[in-house]
Amino acid sequence: MGYVAVRGGLEAIENAERLVKYFRVKGDSRPIEVKQICEQFRLAVDQVMAEGSLYAPLYAATALKQAEGDTIEASFILRALGASLPRNHYAVVADTREMEIIRRISAAFKDIPGGQILGPTRDYTQRLLDFSLMDEEASEIQKFKDEFLTGLSDDDPPDFPKIVEILRQEGLLEEPPPKPVEPPVDITREALKFPAPRSARLQVLARGERGGMLAIAYSSMRGYGNIHPALGELRVGYLPLRIRHPWGEGTVYVGRVQVTEAEVISVHFTGEKEQAPKFTLGYGLCFGHNEIKAISMAVLDRTLRSVQPQAPAEDEEFVLYHIDGIESSGFASHWKLPHYVTFQSDLDRIREARKRKAGKDD
Amino acid sequence: MAIEKLLSKARRGYNFAFLDEKTKREIRRKTLKAVAIPGYQVPFASRELPIARGWGTGGLQLTMSLIGPQDTLKVIDQGEDDVVNAVNLRTLIVKTTGVKTTADTARATIVQTRHRIPEEGMREDQILVFQVPYPEPLRIVEPKERETRRMHAEIDYAKMWVFLYENIVKWEEITIGSRYPVMVEGRYIMDPSPIPRYDVPKLNNARTLYLFGAGREKRIYAIPPFTEVKPLEFEDHKFRVEDFKGKSCQLCKSTDTFLNELITGDGRIFRCSDTSFCEKRRNNPDTPKHLR
Repeated sequence: MGYVAVRGGLEAIENAERLVKYFRVKGDSRPIEVKQICEQFRLAVDQVMAEGSLYAPLYAATALKQAEGDTIEASFILRALGASLPRNHYAVVADTREMEIIRRISAAFKDIPGGQILGPTRDYTQRLLDFSLMDEEASEIQKFKDEFLTGLSDDDPPDFPKIVEILRQEGLLEEPPPKPVEPPVDITREALKFPAPRSARLQVLARGERGGMLAIAYSSMRGYGNIHPALGELRVGYLPLRIRHPWGEGTVYVGRVQVTEAEVISVHFTGEKEQAPKFTLGYGLCFGHNEIKAISMAVLDRTLRSVQPQAPAEDEEFVLYHIDGIESSGFASHWKLPHYVTFQSDLDRIREARKRKAGKDD
Repeated sequence: MAIEKLLSKARRGYNFAFLDEKTKREIRRKTLKAVAIPGYQVPFASRELPIARGWGTGGLQLTMSLIGPQDTLKVIDQGEDDVVNAVNLRTLIVKTTGVKTTADTARATIVQTRHRIPEEGMREDQILVFQVPYPEPLRIVEPKERETRRMHAEIDYAKMWVFLYENIVKWEEITIGSRYPVMVEGRYIMDPSPIPRYDVPKLNNARTLYLFGAGREKRIYAIPPFTEVKPLEFEDHKFRVEDFKGKSCQLCKSTDTFLNELITGDGRIFRCSDTSFCEKRRNNPDTPKHLR
């Protein structure tokens, strides 16, 4: 009678909270510093900021500490915090050509204007467990940093033209989308309706749960769909943001956010019968350094524009309703709540139906 | 009540009832629309709360948008006041409002509930707020939202009727246990939230305003007082509530309440699911269910 026994629920809740804390701190290691999580668990922090839909590295790191490393739980904490904050401004639409690049590659062309910039990537390293990390020394790290930073140029990074612009000039790509409407639809202020405007769709994707998005995007890449992506360009860097001047003219720079941007070219021909065929584009952009998510998002942005949706990844409702980690995890865990009234009703139904069947068999 | 001790720390840094006033106003506007079109699902921009999606965030937002300092609040889950989830939701509201709480249905001005309608009849000056997991009654026959919205608009409910008919053909009984679909004022088929069928007749011509909130699915709907609400049924296969014939509550001995079946070492026992009413009956076995 587990649930029934839980009376005086408040005390039970308080005890559960204390137990959670105990499990987090029961070892004899020193408490982990939020700054350490922020700096050394960079990619987890980035994932939490994107899914929590709040660019706040220190808060994201704190949420990760509070959630003992559970990224969905940490994103949920961050999302709830964001919902309680006032919305003072909407940024003006940012131009990603202004990004300060730390990494930029194209899989479509070998040589690209500005060059392939590999940047910080694990892509070409072997995934061998690095046992030396088990007892990393501060002095050793210092030595590495001293050596590494010596002789680095501090020139501003060059400008990088967009690869897709080149294809666009050649007429191989569909026309650029019309100038975005400002302010954009805000999915936290308006319930999603279908068909969803593209700005709403991109917002849902940008804060979707990475694993969920990857699974659906992968289904399309693998065979449930006909998108055949080629990675036109992948960029990681810092994007300057501006707002309209609150009382004067023009815009004001308010800061920069790190983002990952992916542009995926669907090499599936499109176009009307009389027209020359074209490639189409899928677009992905998310907070932080998160390449799997940006690529998945770009693929899904493209699949969702299918004229005749057939595969699950091409179904707007199917994708947009099921990729939000906060919603899906909340619902999945609500099954832990007592359902004994509804189950009683179900028991009544099946007993009644069995009785009727049995009566007939006699 | 032990919740009282949390009041000292109450409301620090948060608006009264957690949500900001603009948000509350939006929810109240959508609620008014819902009241004006009984049974119609009104989309609203559901906010993220510090409670997980799927754990009552729709009901919670309704309560937060309605509650004032003078209100007396009751929160129940499965009919009980003291289970952990009810306590958790009540604590959040009390923390951010400081309102009085009660377990006594008759004394509450707002009752927030999950899966039950209280046994005791409710009055005109009370509001019952339901937590809703699936606002769309047609979801069992049609997964797409665009399509179900069209079906409602055109009163195209054939699929639902066929589903019920096929149930009877295959199982000789409609298999829907709780969340039994109802027709509101002959216009909209509505999901009454996962209340047992036993509670469904209480929706019809009630004195109380019933509000339904689905946070994750972002929908609000309502049954205003004195609205006709009928369970879907056939002339030759009538709607039936749960059968507790020959059973009574082990504690208060009632034979006319919704009972939970408990498995104990020596077999099954039954107890009232509405614990506060059960207590009243124990003190006074003649406590009526219906308003006089």
